Amino acid sequence: MADMKIGAYICQGCGIGDRVDTAQLASVAKREGKAAVAREHEFLCNAEGVKMIQDDIANEGVNHVVIAACSRRAKTEAFSFDGVCISRANLREGVIWVRPDTDEARETTQEMADDYVRMACAETKYQKMPEASGEQGLTRHLLVVGGGISGMTAALEAAKTGYKVDLVEKTGQLGGVAGEMYKKYPDKAPYNVLADNTTGAMVEAVNANGNITVHLNTSVTKTDGAPGRFTVSLATESGASKDVTVGAIIQATGFTPYDMSKLPELGGGKSPDVMDQLAFEKMVKANGGAIKKADGSEAKNVVFVQCAGQRSEQPGHLPYCSGHCCMTSIKQARYVKEAGGDATVIFDDLRTPGADGEDVYRGGQEAGVTFSKGKVSAVEAAGKGLKVNYNDRILAEDTSIDADIVVLATGMVPNSGPNPYVKLDLEMAEKDGNAELVEKLKAEVEKAPPSILNLMYRQGTDVPHLKHGFTDSHFICFPYETRRTGIYTAGPVRRPMDAHQAIEDATGATLKAIQACENAAIGRAAHPRSGDLSFPSFRKEGCTQCKRCTVECPFGAINEDDKGYPQYNEARCRRCGTCMGACPVRVISFENYSVETVGQQLKAVDMPDEFSEKPRLLVLACENDAYPALDMAGMTRQEYSAYARIIPVRCLGSVNTIWITDALNSGYDGVMLMGCQKGDNYQCHFVKGSEIAHIRMSKIDDTLTQLNLEKERVQTYEVSIADIQRIPQIINDMEKLIGEIGMSPFKF
Amino acid sequence: MSEVIATNQTILVVGGGISGLTAALEAAECGKQVILLEKSPSVGGRVSQLHKYFPKLCVPSCGLEIQYRRLKANKNVRLLTMAEVTQISGEAGNFTVSVKVAPRYVNENCTACGECEKAVSAEFDDEFNYGLKKRKGAYLVSNMAYPQRFVIDPRIAATDDGAKAKAACKYGAVDLEMAEQNLSLNVGAVVWATGWKPYDAARIQPYGYDRYDNVITNVEFERMLDPFGPTGGKIVRPSDGKTPQNIAFIQCAGSRDQNHLKHCSRICCMATLKQTTYVKEQLGDACKSTVYYIDIRAIDRIDDFHRKVKEDTNVTFVKSKVANITAGSDGNVLLNGVDTEGYNRYRNEHDLVVLATGMESTVPAGVFPAGININEHNFIELDGDSGIYGAGCSSDALDVNRAAQNATAAALRAIQVVTRVAGQEG
Repeated sequence: MADMKIGAYICQGCGIGDRVDTAQLASVAKREGKAAVAREHEFLCNAEGVKMIQDDIANEGVNHVVIAACSRRAKTEAFSFDGVCISRANLREGVIWVRPDTDEARETTQEMADDYVRMACAETKYQKMPEASGEQGLTRHLLVVGGGISGMTAALEAAKTGYKVDLVEKTGQLGGVAGEMYKKYPDKAPYNVLADNTTGAMVEAVNANGNITVHLNTSVTKTDGAPGRFTVSLATESGASKDVTVGAIIQATGFTPYDMSKLPELGGGKSPDVMDQLAFEKMVKANGGAIKKADGSEAKNVVFVQCAGQRSEQPGHLPYCSGHCCMTSIKQARYVKEAGGDATVIFDDLRTPGADGEDVYRGGQEAGVTFSKGKVSAVEAAGKGLKVNYNDRILAEDTSIDADIVVLATGMVPNSGPNPYVKLDLEMAEKDGNAELVEKLKAEVEKAPPSILNLMYRQGTDVPHLKHGFTDSHFICFPYETRRTGIYTAGPVRRPMDAHQAIEDATGATLKAIQACENAAIGRAAHPRSGDLSFPSFRKEGCTQCKRCTVECPFGAINEDDKGYPQYNEARCRRCGTCMGACPVRVISFENYSVETVGQQLKAVDMPDEFSEKPRLLVLACENDAYPALDMAGMTRQEYSAYARIIPVRCLGSVNTIWITDALNSGYDGVMLMGCQKGDNYQCHFVKGSEIAHIRMSKIDDTLTQLNLEKERVQTYEVSIADIQRIPQIINDMEKLIGEIGMSPFKF
Repeated sequence: MSEVIATNQTILVVGGGISGLTAALEAAECGKQVILLEKSPSVGGRVSQLHKYFPKLCVPSCGLEIQYRRLKANKNVRLLTMAEVTQISGEAGNFTVSVKVAPRYVNENCTACGECEKAVSAEFDDEFNYGLKKRKGAYLVSNMAYPQRFVIDPRIAATDDGAKAKAACKYGAVDLEMAEQNLSLNVGAVVWATGWKPYDAARIQPYGYDRYDNVITNVEFERMLDPFGPTGGKIVRPSDGKTPQNIAFIQCAGSRDQNHLKHCSRICCMATLKQTTYVKEQLGDACKSTVYYIDIRAIDRIDDFHRKVKEDTNVTFVKSKVANITAGSDGNVLLNGVDTEGYNRYRNEHDLVVLATGMESTVPAGVFPAGININEHNFIELDGDSGIYGAGCSSDALDVNRAAQNATAAALRAIQVVTRVAGQEG
């Protein structure tokens, strides 16, 4: 690459020119920021201003561009130049809009602007253009694990998009649970009728598709590599094995019905005529629609008990709702009605959501199914049949109903692999010598199901669990935000769902798998830093093999070689920088984001002396939440301290404690870290970043003690993007606190 | 607008809410060319008007910020705001789409400095706040608005205010000569994601939304929580601005009802449970919440949210479809009905009523070519290779998670069409 040539472009628009001396900013950029070119413009984001910059790139050899104008979040498209490093000094939202336009404020406002120009120059000086790692390869080939309706959908949709698929099924046939159904709900309105099961046709379509290779009686014994270049070993029951190379993986391993023998009070396991929904479905299918008891006689009365062993905090029960069971019971009750029997559904809340759900409910009512709001206490033998005791919630009385067959609507238990974090936690507990925790975790590891993917990842063999044993997935905006890039789970292993939803889910997961392949081919990051071409690298000579980076990576992107050095897998990485924050010897960096790009910014700030009464507050702000909130504080003209200097970070997890130490050593009076909510309801889009930062910062007290500084000078906050008024207040409170405890003595 | 280049390998996404954004970005990040149309001046849709999401109680703008960043960074997506589809003809792989683009009267020179807003004086109902607040005739939709560009209300374009806005803009961004434009786009596939609107509560006559100030809708309640919203973030009674002490939430207001929306709108139970947490957070023990419901539908992994709310002693659940609402004293209202658990008649006084109004699909009539199947609930049915795919709440009443999931699936279906076209054309 040619020599670095910095061009600094200072906008005078939106009042910047009226409020600060832009000629001085240009001079700061040249003298202190070492900008070769520094130009002021009255309206930098218009076509003329942008052209001025483009001309300098084309004719003057400017390859590092400093835009001193509005926030990096504004006019992003105008200030986007290919092939050069870009750094933004936020003079509008970050300076003039958060400071009063008064004579007294003028000096400190100018100081803020000067500093942001210094910082932007310092940042870009240490930035490089991201270059390809050489790991890229295009593999338009997916692995789908599980041959039920979710897996078959994924395979067919991928094939239809021109991808090849290896479809692995543990049993001897495709179809899964959906294949066992007697009838199903129709795919289209009207939904209040029953339709024939079409799983068989789907199996045929899979078998006939030239892009799909089906592997029955097969499991995955080893998965190595990364998106774009996974090597997967498949083994059949007979011992034959085969390796396939795939670009991405969809895990659609489905569910197992909850073991109803855990519900003896409801007759589970006690009578052959008490069965779960799947057993009932199989029985009706086997009998061609006739409803028969275990002894072969016709069943006239069938009672469906909803929420059996679920939606309950009782030990051994499922705490969640399985979503499909109300709809399924209504369907099965209609089998009974069609066969001429009576069917009663005893429910707590009848859950038939959406457009199809309510039609299904009405269809059941029209077919003569009895719905009764009640709570079942016991199912017991009575003569040749069964008796269901329940509290009728409408009549508010205890009562009972006789039944030939009782169907327990038990829940879905996901067929997940072991949660890798249990083993990792065990590893940590053993290291810490926490005997009690070791025992507890050991027991959990022993209970864990066998691995499904057998990932050769430092961070464990399988996709992490998120809640109640269901695999990874963000709950809300990003349903496919998985912690193992390029591996997507779909269907009831991800959350409880019916077949219709499983088809939708598998189709979405297929897109994400395809996208992972396409991203890997060009070295581009997946969500949330979509399109980022940088990736972490490390200096081996400095590395102490401490393994913190491999342990803390939320995405399992980093393996260890035999000697304990990290091995990066670009396509698994999400570019959060948690590894960079973890590294005690600071050998990990991205080309455009590193210990230096941030460290040099904070050092570039002009530090007034101890007696100036002008403290300096360093704010490291999450780029997705805290930083936009600060922008919006500017837009809504909330004022905050002129002494704050704000640096956006990719994630609080990327904050290396050296920045804190450097800041304190260079005389900052306070350091504030602003990240997202941590814990069970975490809001960090890198999952663990904020949490890890809080843990690291809890250990910064030693540093403060060594420096003989007050602990209050360094604080970590959980904030959200909506804290537009709160964050300025927090900053102002810190300024006030510094006023009370005094300035830092470390100003040289 | 002649620079808009679309071909039959382009995917058109109609609607810039959470579903449309998701579909457009997921397709674009697979390398496909996408045009994203949004009818209003900013993308973000209904979710941008929400205070928090269930079940995490996190802030919708957090996810939107990520989506907007993806949008800014991706050159495969072309965004057109204030644009509405009037007609689609043709077939999968080759659609002709007529689009009407309303004038914004502000061009791309706009820096969002806000000078035009200061210069004008006329005020109008603020759509972003469901008319609960006024905005100027020159305005930015919200703090999160994207594109971050002002709008001149057409009602001031030809007035003195319009001229003042133009004079105040130093950047030549106000262009009062802009006129409506009609575009014709050739695209290969369409993802229809125009979302939902709240069911018109005034049509549920027995509840008196149009008669009682203190009967409001759940979307209006949501706006009350925004510090920049109509009440500065405070939960108050519209009639007198007082803090309520006894709020009623009425479920299935317009949903699951043969006279209104036949379908269950899916989100309203969780939305109400969420809103009871707003009440608790802001007013603590000083305000009680009562939820009148038929069935509480807190589906799947988030059922524990329901249980947690049930543990709150300030929240009471009454299994009942409220029969009607009558006037009480001091702006209070009386809810009349039968508690079906035990069959007890009640007449309960409340000082604020929140109607959990349902989701009404906005799929239009007369726009689609023959063969596109719109069901009786006005949702687009998935129909093989029709080339036009409903996404999010154009396909069913869905929560945000399912909408995003469904939109991702719709994006793949659209990709399959344009991939096939590309294959045929070599």
